[in-house]
Amino acid sequence: MDKLVISGSPHVHQNTSIPKLMYMVVIAMIPAMLVSFYMFGLGALRVFLIAVLSCYLFEYLIQRYLIKGPITINDGSALITGILLAFNVPSSIPWWMMVVGALVAIGMGKMSFGGLGKNPFNPALVGRVFMLISFPVEMTRWPKPIVSREYFSFAGVDDKVLDTVTGPTPLGVLQEKGVEGLSQTSNYADLMLGQMGGSMGEISAIALVIGGLYLLFRRVISWHIPVAYLGSSFALAAILWFANPTQYADPFFHLVTGGLILGVFYMATDYVSSPISAKGQIIFGVGAGVLTILIRVFGSYPEGVSFAILLMNAATPLINNRFKPKRFGHKPAKAA
Amino acid sequence: MEEVVIYAVVSMAGLGTAAAVILYFIARKFKVIEDPRIDEVEEALPAANCGGCGLAGCRAFAEAIVKNETLEGMNCPVGGNEVMEEIAGIMGLEAEKQEPYVAVVRCNGSKTNAPQKVLYDGPNTCQFAHALSAGESGCPNGCLGCGDCEESCDFDAIHMNPLTGLPEVVEENCTACNACVEACPRDIIELRPQGKKGKRIYISCVNTEKGGPAKKHCEVACIGCGKCVTACPFDAITMENNLAYIDPKKCKLCRLCVPICPTNAILEDNFPEMSEKIVEKAKENLKKQTAKKKEAAKATAEKKEAATAGAAKVTKTTKTDDKNTQKGSSGQQSNSDNKDAPDSSRSKDNEG
Amino acid sequence: MKALKTFKLGGIHPQEYKISADKPIEVLPIPKTVNIPVAQNLGAPSKVVVKKGEQVKTGQLIAKGEAFISANVHASVSGKVKKVDEVLDTSGYKRLAVTIQSEGDEWEEDIDTSEEIKKEITASQQEIIDKIQEKGVVGLGGATFPSHVKLKVPEGKTAEYLIINGVECEPFLTSDHRLMVEKGEELMVGIELLKKGLGVEKVLIGIENNKPDAIKYLSEVASQYENIEVQPLKVKYPQGGEKQLIKALLGREVPSGKLPIEVGCVVNNVGTAYAVYEAVQKNKPLVDRVVTVTGKNLEKPCNLQVRIGTPVQDLIDKAGGLPEDTGKVVNGGPMMGKALTSLEAPIVKGTSGVIVFPKGEATRVTQKTCIRCGKCVEACPMGLEPFYLAQLAEKELWDRAEENLIMDCIECGSCHYTCPSGRPLLDYIRVGKPNVGQMIKNRGN
Repeated sequence: MDKLVISGSPHVHQNTSIPKLMYMVVIAMIPAMLVSFYMFGLGALRVFLIAVLSCYLFEYLIQRYLIKGPITINDGSALITGILLAFNVPSSIPWWMMVVGALVAIGMGKMSFGGLGKNPFNPALVGRVFMLISFPVEMTRWPKPIVSREYFSFAGVDDKVLDTVTGPTPLGVLQEKGVEGLSQTSNYADLMLGQMGGSMGEISAIALVIGGLYLLFRRVISWHIPVAYLGSSFALAAILWFANPTQYADPFFHLVTGGLILGVFYMATDYVSSPISAKGQIIFGVGAGVLTILIRVFGSYPEGVSFAILLMNAATPLINNRFKPKRFGHKPAKAA
Repeated sequence: MEEVVIYAVVSMAGLGTAAAVILYFIARKFKVIEDPRIDEVEEALPAANCGGCGLAGCRAFAEAIVKNETLEGMNCPVGGNEVMEEIAGIMGLEAEKQEPYVAVVRCNGSKTNAPQKVLYDGPNTCQFAHALSAGESGCPNGCLGCGDCEESCDFDAIHMNPLTGLPEVVEENCTACNACVEACPRDIIELRPQGKKGKRIYISCVNTEKGGPAKKHCEVACIGCGKCVTACPFDAITMENNLAYIDPKKCKLCRLCVPICPTNAILEDNFPEMSEKIVEKAKENLKKQTAKKKEAAKATAEKKEAATAGAAKVTKTTKTDDKNTQKGSSGQQSNSDNKDAPDSSRSKDNEG
Repeated sequence: MKALKTFKLGGIHPQEYKISADKPIEVLPIPKTVNIPVAQNLGAPSKVVVKKGEQVKTGQLIAKGEAFISANVHASVSGKVKKVDEVLDTSGYKRLAVTIQSEGDEWEEDIDTSEEIKKEITASQQEIIDKIQEKGVVGLGGATFPSHVKLKVPEGKTAEYLIINGVECEPFLTSDHRLMVEKGEELMVGIELLKKGLGVEKVLIGIENNKPDAIKYLSEVASQYENIEVQPLKVKYPQGGEKQLIKALLGREVPSGKLPIEVGCVVNNVGTAYAVYEAVQKNKPLVDRVVTVTGKNLEKPCNLQVRIGTPVQDLIDKAGGLPEDTGKVVNGGPMMGKALTSLEAPIVKGTSGVIVFPKGEATRVTQKTCIRCGKCVEACPMGLEPFYLAQLAEKELWDRAEENLIMDCIECGSCHYTCPSGRPLLDYIRVGKPNVGQMIKNRGN
């Protein structure tokens, strides 16, 4: 017999680890990835590869040469950031913009704060918003699903065919033409399946929901943020719609278009940048939902999910401080 | 157009003046009148804010001195006598000369001396390891090797040696601020006077177990045999709870206790290498002292008839002591071996 | 079957591994020597009343508890007192203990060692309490709080319920389970005694529903008595914690820093109830207890009735010896037990199990960075934020740790269990608790 091991209790541990959790998230994203391959063809695969590889590369380089700490690229977080970043861009994005976006996401969004676990913002969203502001034209040039498949290759889009293969997103139509403009576009079944223009990962609500349910089922995420986020955005959109159906789109439209579902299940629930307690998570979800609809309806951008989540990320430390979990044996503090 | 410019300039100037006036009055109203000597004293202090003086920081120390108008009991261990004299100059007081102290690690239970018996698998803090178990070597008093002392040091003066698993003090950097002493959950580190030319002799063990178990845990444990107590010509060594202690105030650095320790638990710092001559002398001294103390005991025993039992005990211990004397010299080799590692790492620190 | 109850906040579901659940209790032969530590209970150590060389009989008093919270200790074997000296305890530190060399098994004359079940209760309330004190009964769930102290309801408080803890929520352990299945009749008498001693009317026995045989059998036995109710509970750790058990059974929440009596409850373990039966009805002091010896690679996992002071080695030998690849031996349950430094350590009153872990499961995974996933917060049955408390303790920010209720931690280990980064959260909280306690104490002065 060798030496006995001495350690504090507990002596049994749940069979879990960061990579395991991360890979479960990756599994959950597979349906949406398949949909994007189907809709956008090889161009989508190209963007995925560039995004993931450059995220890995930058994480490795920064850890190796700048931080000079342990190298943790195997924990799966770079993979998730890469996929999410790719989900958030149109498939026609030039390759070098994708690389720059990955650098910002990993370098500025994550590593500058000390790496995984310390970043206040969701790295993929940091990268996405950076790209949206820096390259507004390329980032809002949305390829049409299916039609655009054959026009893409690893080289990117040919400018000559641009007008035939790209078109606006439903939210863009809403922004420009108002509710009347919408009736010309597709029906709800198409929207749910992903028959619309948009970022690669956001188009198919159904695929995203399947993955989201998997995450909930495997207890990777808790229900608080998704439910609060969906509920509040739906409620606010419904109020506006009831007030004036000719001016505002109906709430179902808001749910299935744009990046809402993607944001709800995969980005707002990011462990690091969302609140800890159940109460805090509900506040976070409600805040993000309200902000999303406000930006969509009253803001100058057609889509507000990324901004809403980033804003709530910024509020997370405050929420964590204010909304503690329910303590056992302490009466909830009441105003005397 | 011109009007706009004039309005802008006038309104900005007006705002500025108003703000300046308000600020002036506020500054007057809330001005804190402070003894200027506090700043002077603080300036003289090393600004390490280590808390070695027992106060919250250098500012608190300066305030306390100025407020109480006395230097009694106040000492900045980091600055030492020089700084205290400077402060005395500012205050117009007399500074007490303090003997410089240095931190001394009283455990030699390195990985070879105190082999690992169980494997500790937990956070790298001595505090937790101490609360959890006796430690990897099984010695309930010895160094746990997690380096709480290293972490507590603000002066880069104590480092864990990965070879021995023990902390080592870098004398030049040590300010005797007491941080490591407080950090150690086992009270292994002690502040001792630096000694003449840094020469010190101390028992490098704090194990209070009886001889047998102590030796089982660690090759170089103090087994409480009491030989050094007998040998010391100056009565500087006392024995309590199976553990010898050398009083630095009484120790005359004669080195006569060092070679006779059967477990080499007595260490000396900054001495030239132990010569055969001193070893011989120490052995002789032990015999002499044993005889002397036996006689003294006898004398007291004769005086007090009641104490006969006590005298008998003394004779008994002396007999076993004689047997052990031979062992002492044979163990000498291993002693110097043990000391090699600390010395080499110390010189490394200097280079760095 | 009744509807299952459980507590709401936090909790985890560790794999059960109750491999020894169907192994009847066996009596371990009397060991050659026993080391009986004199401080086996929470509170002050007891005073030794025997000398080296003295002949003692089984059940003879060897250390007397003199402080308010302290308990008597009795010789667990008959023979000669070899020494009264310090021996190594489970954590490798020295503890004062009485070492007895066993010679035969001669009991004190007034102890009834027969198998017969004595149901009739003749003792008065005070007599019951005195007997429990005299015979050194302590809480056998693990905390070893002297039982007689628990029965004395502080002035101004009333006890409404006696709660019997048959939850055994720790994985691996089955000693309480076996006791309930095999000694149900005696247990009920013990419960009646506790009821009388405490002066309460209602008794609830909480048992998790992974022990259907115990629930069924005890419900049957309990039907012969008035006001004793068996309540099945959903399997969830740490349901055996006093506060969680009361919450599960009655929905009452013990206020922070208070004892269960605050909500009219007194909780006792089934093992304690059995010891009370033996002490009062049979006049037998607490000299033995049931210990589960188990482990995935152990040849013969078993439940043993063991004399206090028996070396752990003897138990493991009985269970087929230590497997080749042993990496860790734990005294107590896998969630809250202590790792042993040596197999020479004695079984004490609070030892509910000895668990042998293979090498692969002995060492922890390398600790990774905290990703703030909040799993520990979800799991914490006290509603704390373990990841945050651990950070505060690591940075020695004691006052903020206190604000965040570090002292409410019951050290159940659920946080470390769930942590995907393998962070030793409980270890750091354990570093913090005494420091915060000291700070609070200093402030009081």
